Amino acid sequence: MSNDIILRNGTLVGSEGTTKGDLRIRGGRIVGRGDVGASSDGDQEFDVSGCLVGPGFVDLHTHLREPGREEAETIASGAMAAALGGFTAIVAMPNTEPALDNVITVSYVLAKGAEAVVDVAVAAAITVGRAGEHLTAISDLAALGVRLFTDDGNGVQSAAVMRRAMSYAAPLGITLAQHCEDESLAAGGVMNEGALSSQLGLAGRPAVAEELMVMRDIELSRLTKCPVHFLHLSTARSVALVAAAKAEGLLVTCEIAPHHFTLDESSLAHYDTQFKVHPPLRTASDVAALRSAMTTGIIDAVATDHAPHASELKDLPFDQAPAGMLGLEQVASLTWEALGENPDPVRFFALLSRGPARIAQLRDEDSRVGLSAHGGELTVGDDANIVVFDPRMSYVVDRAALASRAHNTPYHGRAMHGRAVMTLVRGTLVARNGELQ
Amino acid sequence: MDWETGGEMISSIAGGNLLNIDDLTREAIIEVLDTAESFLEVSTRAIKKVPTLKGRVVASLFYEESTRTRLSFETAAKRLSADVISLAVAASSVKKGESLRDTASTIEALGVDAVVIRHQSSGAPHHVAAALPGIRIINAGDGQHQHPTQGLLDVFTLRQALSSRAGTTGSESGAELFKNLKVLIVGDIRHSRVARSDAWAYATLGSTVRICAPGTLLPDDVSTWPVEVMKNFDEALEWADVVGLLRLQNERGSGTLVPSLAEFTRSHGLTQERHRRLAPHVLITHPGPMNRGVEIDSLVADADNALISQQVANGVPVRMAVLYLALAGGEPKGYSHE
Repeated sequence: MSNDIILRNGTLVGSEGTTKGDLRIRGGRIVGRGDVGASSDGDQEFDVSGCLVGPGFVDLHTHLREPGREEAETIASGAMAAALGGFTAIVAMPNTEPALDNVITVSYVLAKGAEAVVDVAVAAAITVGRAGEHLTAISDLAALGVRLFTDDGNGVQSAAVMRRAMSYAAPLGITLAQHCEDESLAAGGVMNEGALSSQLGLAGRPAVAEELMVMRDIELSRLTKCPVHFLHLSTARSVALVAAAKAEGLLVTCEIAPHHFTLDESSLAHYDTQFKVHPPLRTASDVAALRSAMTTGIIDAVATDHAPHASELKDLPFDQAPAGMLGLEQVASLTWEALGENPDPVRFFALLSRGPARIAQLRDEDSRVGLSAHGGELTVGDDANIVVFDPRMSYVVDRAALASRAHNTPYHGRAMHGRAVMTLVRGTLVARNGELQ
Repeated sequence: MDWETGGEMISSIAGGNLLNIDDLTREAIIEVLDTAESFLEVSTRAIKKVPTLKGRVVASLFYEESTRTRLSFETAAKRLSADVISLAVAASSVKKGESLRDTASTIEALGVDAVVIRHQSSGAPHHVAAALPGIRIINAGDGQHQHPTQGLLDVFTLRQALSSRAGTTGSESGAELFKNLKVLIVGDIRHSRVARSDAWAYATLGSTVRICAPGTLLPDDVSTWPVEVMKNFDEALEWADVVGLLRLQNERGSGTLVPSLAEFTRSHGLTQERHRRLAPHVLITHPGPMNRGVEIDSLVADADNALISQQVANGVPVRMAVLYLALAGGEPKGYSHE
């Protein structure tokens, strides 16, 4: 008698194309692919015909709020939201209180993450306290398994500090990730700068504040040969700058967040703080440019920027409320919808799994510490981190039913199409049809 | 999100809130002006009081310093016989960290019918309105967004002056005198909620509105505003029938957006020399408080064609009209019986 999980008759999505077939999972690994034979007693068999079966999603950008803001999210609750959204690995951002800027706090999150339902990697801060001045123990933190460093929430404002960080990081095989906003232009701003901000009397965060830092870091990456990853790009011009840098063969990658390719600034016309986020929601033409770039390979990853905030903090006048919104449980549906009439499953898994797994260095061929492999080809022997996505499934977002502790989703009441219906982490079924197992 | 009101125009504030001017139709504005005109007479009586809002409670919630707006709202409410409670922010729980939402709930629990709110955050009245759907919310100035009653009293004052000149009354002239009127708004438009209210008020009534300011004191993008930008102040003055001046808002950093106040005065101040060049029919407004010697010369402020003191005086009847319409709108007009 065996205790295998068999996924029957799915559409297996590889990085080059799709094939119809089964998967057999045992002992945390894929042990059979194609025609895996009949099930025996003790096996769990699922008919996944009509569904896409691919490597579990990887989120490069999750704010877990632990330590410090556990009323909004914990490592455990954020991981549950991730599992429901089809993720098998998430990267915890370092803007906790205190920040993930030293071996002790990073070790704490890694230890807590090891007990969570999905793999939890850590992005550590580039500078102490994310204050943009002194470098953190980048080499020691890399030895713990940290592969991404960022002061996210803040961009590293000083070009000199960023250059120093890049020069230090370049030989270590890690990537620096930047929140691109030049605060000398953006500080005090609460929404996209433009006609609407001028009419609403709200201070703007101009697109050029983002674009200048993208330009600067492209040049610093050229100089130092350090890989740089651009977090949550939001403007058409930023994407064009990255496209040009990639064409030159520079070591740049980028992600976009679901709210930036599904919502524009017009959502703010009634001062609803659920739509307040940094970088801000931009114009409809920026949204169109981002959606277009998703299909061309310029965008390496969709990443949530999942940012839980307690409701009493969001329930303030617009300029006083914190920026950020939830994303883990809806991002797959939003990405699928954004890929157009006939979404390409290969592109879908590139954006949500293989691209981010490569950037986070979570693939089988990457050196990992304490984490399983993600973003693979579903070949026999692989760690069984798998998502089953049903494009036919529709549902309506209910903020009260989310796994996150906070409820600050901008999508409450919106109908979604396509859903992660099974999430398997290291061979264990952790979420199914919107329920944790 | 309150999508239902998105983009919809309001054709009367009767029984509703007054949050913005840019969503009021011409009819809604004229209704306020005509109602205010009928209240003007109350202010001339020995006993300046009508029983219209007797038993109603108006709360005034001022999170920002204000002299004329607060006094004029409270006077207006009292002349309508409403009970007025006013929250002194410095002495209240607000200082203890209470959120605007919780303060609003407290006021609701006291059985208030209307809240007049001034707040430093743009959109704060909309935030309160969403929290208190059963209470009428009157925006008395929110951040750099809107100051609708100022916009209304500015067009009321203009209509009063123009109709008197034409030998008619405001209510008889309707919106007629605003047709083809050339209104120039000049100065610190970037930070001005008055400019945002006046521009729409004048434009909705049929006037042509232009704005003029140093580049740094213009809003970032006015492509959705019903205005044109003029680069040269002296040419703009030749064009205008009405010159609406604004206070340079140093407390919002305007002083650092121009090289010096003296240069601002030279380039965009209404000096005596510029004042002398104005055509005789040109009228001047300023919402106050003024920086005499900066955006307006002190003698110019007191000139015959400056409507500044009329603006202050008209604050009361216009705010009476707003409170009356919001609270008693749709009911028979009872104020004439006393």
